Amino acid sequence: MKYPFLLSSALGLALVCACHQEEHRSWLADAAGAEAPVSLPDPELEVPPPPFTEGAFPCSDCHDPSVPPNTRRREMKLAHTEIKLHHDEEHRWCLDCHSVEDRDKLHLANGTLVEFSESYKLCGQCHGDKYRDWKAGVHGRRSGNWDGHKKYLLCVHCHNSHAPKFQPLKPLPPPTRPAPRTSP
Amino acid sequence: MTGCSDSCGPDHAGGCAVGDPALAELQSSGLDRREFVCIVAGCAAVLAGGCSDLTHTQYVRDRFRELTDDEQKEIVARIEKEQTARLGKELKVGVEKARPGVEFGYALDLSRCIGCRRCVYACVKENNQSRDPQIHWIRVLEMEKEKGIDFAHANPYYDAEQVPRPGHFYLPVACQQCENPSCVKSCPVGATWKEPDGIVVIDYDWCIGCRCCVSACPYGARHFNWAEPNVPTEEVNPDTHYLGNRPRMKGVVEKCTFCIQRVRNGKYPACVEVCPVGARKFGDLRDPNSEVRYVLEHKRVFVLKTELNTQPKFFYFFGL
Ligand code: HEC
Ligand code: HEC
Ligand code: HEC
Ligand code: HEC
Repeated sequence: MKYPFLLSSALGLALVCACHQEEHRSWLADAAGAEAPVSLPDPELEVPPPPFTEGAFPCSDCHDPSVPPNTRRREMKLAHTEIKLHHDEEHRWCLDCHSVEDRDKLHLANGTLVEFSESYKLCGQCHGDKYRDWKAGVHGRRSGNWDGHKKYLLCVHCHNSHAPKFQPLKPLPPPTRPAPRTSP
Repeated sequence: MTGCSDSCGPDHAGGCAVGDPALAELQSSGLDRREFVCIVAGCAAVLAGGCSDLTHTQYVRDRFRELTDDEQKEIVARIEKEQTARLGKELKVGVEKARPGVEFGYALDLSRCIGCRRCVYACVKENNQSRDPQIHWIRVLEMEKEKGIDFAHANPYYDAEQVPRPGHFYLPVACQQCENPSCVKSCPVGATWKEPDGIVVIDYDWCIGCRCCVSACPYGARHFNWAEPNVPTEEVNPDTHYLGNRPRMKGVVEKCTFCIQRVRNGKYPACVEVCPVGARKFGDLRDPNSEVRYVLEHKRVFVLKTELNTQPKFFYFFGL
C-alpha cells in the first residue's frame, strides 16, 4: 500500500522553545538520590492507593513481630507462591526491598523506611532517570487537569515490582479498509 | 479518489478559490450554500459525494468566529435544541474561547507506545466520530524497527494477539495542529482556521465539503463525512464544543481538535487519559512547568515532515 504521506528525511530537532530557562520547580532538579528526602512532588497531585491484591495488606496481619523473619534466599512455599522474581533476580532478594523490622514498609538502601504509597522512592534509587522523568509527569502518566489538579500513577501501577517488564496488551481492532470509491 | 480532491492540492489552491461576491449571490439563489460553492469550485463530483441534507446550514450569517457572543449563544442554543430533539437526550454545545497566553502542544513518546489503539477508540467515543461509516481521527502506524520511520512501508491495519509485535514500533498520527497549516490556506471559504491557543478548528456549518483541506493536509489527518455520520444515541457524548465534537453532518470535514471541549476546560485530552503506557503528553507550551516543556527541554524531539515548514505543535520523542 502506498501511504499518502512521505518519509520525513530530515528529522530535524524542532526548536520551538528557544527559552531554556531552568526554572522548573526545585523537585525536578534533585536527581534520584535516596539521600535527598522527596516528599510528594506537588500538593496538586494525587496518587491512587497501591494496587495490592485483596487481603495482602496489612502484611503485619501475618508477619507480626512474634514471627521471626526468614532471611534465607528460597522458593516461597507456604505463602506468596505466585511471586516469581524476574527483576535482576540474580542480585536481589525480597528483603532488599521489604523491611525486615516492619513488614508493612519498604526500605531504601540506606535503611530509611518508606510507605507503600511512596514506593517510587524505592524504584527511584536504581532507576534515577525514569524517576526524574516520572516526577515531571513524562515517564508514566498524569491525568486530571493540565492546568491544575493532577493524578499520578505509581510505578507499580504499570510495573509489577517483582517482574516489572510491561505486559503486552491485545490491541483494539484495526480500522476498516476504505471501500474503493468510484467516481460517478 | 474523485476529481475534486485531486485537483485541489495545495499547488492548485487557485482552482478552489471562491470570492466573496459569490457568497453574496448565493444568498439570493435558491441553492443550498454547499452545493452552490461546490459548483463554483468546479467540483461537481462532490455533489455525488454528498453535499445535500444539511440541517443547520445558514447562508446569511457570518463566520462563527466573527459573530458576537450573543449571536454565538443564539446559534448554539438552536443547535442544542435541534440535537436534543433528534437524540432524545440533552446535548450541550460549548463556545469556550481560547485562554489568553495559552498555546497548546503535544508530545508522544515513541519508545513507550505499544500500538494498543486504546487512544483511537477513546477518541472516537469522546469526539462522537461516526461508527459506521467509520471515522478515526487517530491512526496508529506500525513500522519496522529495522527500517526506522518510513511512511511508505507503514501499516495501519496490523492485528495481533498481543502488541508490541517483535521488531516493530508504533507511530500514532492525528492532526499535528500546525503553526503554519496548509489545510487552512487551502480552504476556499474560510471555514477552518487556527485559534489563538493554536488549535486548528472547523466550522461545520460553514464547511462546503470541497475537501481541498483533505488533500492539502500532509498528515492525512482530515476526514470527510461521505455519508450521514452514525453514532448510537446511547454512546453520544453530550459534552460538546461548537468547534469540536458536536454532532457533524454528511458532507463536512472533521479532525482532531486536541479535545477542545476538554482542554478549554482545563482537562487533558481523552487520548492522554486513556494511554496505558503513558506515552502521550499534553500541556501549555508557554508554561515552563508543563510536561510538554519538560519534553522539549530534556528529550530529543522531532516533528513529521519538517521540510514542509508546517511547524506542527505535535512532537514525537524517544523517552528512553
Ligand atoms: C525491587 C523491590 C522488591 C523486591 C525484590 C520484592 N518486592 Fe515485594 N513488593 C515490592 C513493592 C514495591 C510492592 C508493592 C506493590 C504495590 O504497591 O502493590 C511489593 C508487594 C509485595 C507483596 C504484596 C503483593 C500483592 O499481591 O499485593 C508481597 C506479598 C510481596 N511483595 C512479597 C515479596 C516477596 C516474597 C519477595 C521475594 C520473593 C519480594 N516481595 C521481592 C517490592 C519488592
Ligand atoms: C496470609 C498471611 C500473609 C500475609 C497477609 C503476608 N504474608 Fe508474607 N509471608 C507469609 C508466610 C507464611 C511466609 C513464609 C513463606 C515461606 O517461607 O514459604 C511469608 C514470607 C514473606 C517474605 C519472605 C521473607 C520472610 O520473612 O519469610 C516476604 C518478603 C514477605 N512475606 C512479604 C510480605 C509482604 C510485603 C506482605 C504484605 C504486602 C505480606 N508478606 C503479607 C504470610 C503472609
Ligand atoms: C536495587 C536496585 C533496583 C530497585 C530498587 C528497583 N530496580 Fe528495577 N531493575 C533493576 C535492575 C538492575 C534492572 C535490570 C535487570 C533486569 O531487567 O532484570 C531492573 C529492571 C527494571 C525494569 C525493566 C524490566 C525489563 O525486563 O524490561 C523495570 C520496568 C523496572 N526495573 C522497574 C522497577 C520498579 C517499578 C521498581 C520499584 C518497585 C524497581 N524497578 C526497583 C534494579 C532495581
Ligand atoms: C503509565 C505506566 C507507567 C508508569 C506509571 C511507569 N512506567 Fe516505567 N515503563 C512503562 C512502559 C510502557 C515502559 C516500556 C516498557 C517496555 O518497552 O517493555 C516502561 C519502561 C520502564 C523501564 C525500562 C527501561 C526502559 O527505558 O524501557 C524502567 C526501568 C521503568 N519503566 C521504570 C519506572 C519507574 C521507576 C517508574 C516510577 C517512578 C515507572 N517506570 C512508572 C510504563 C510506566
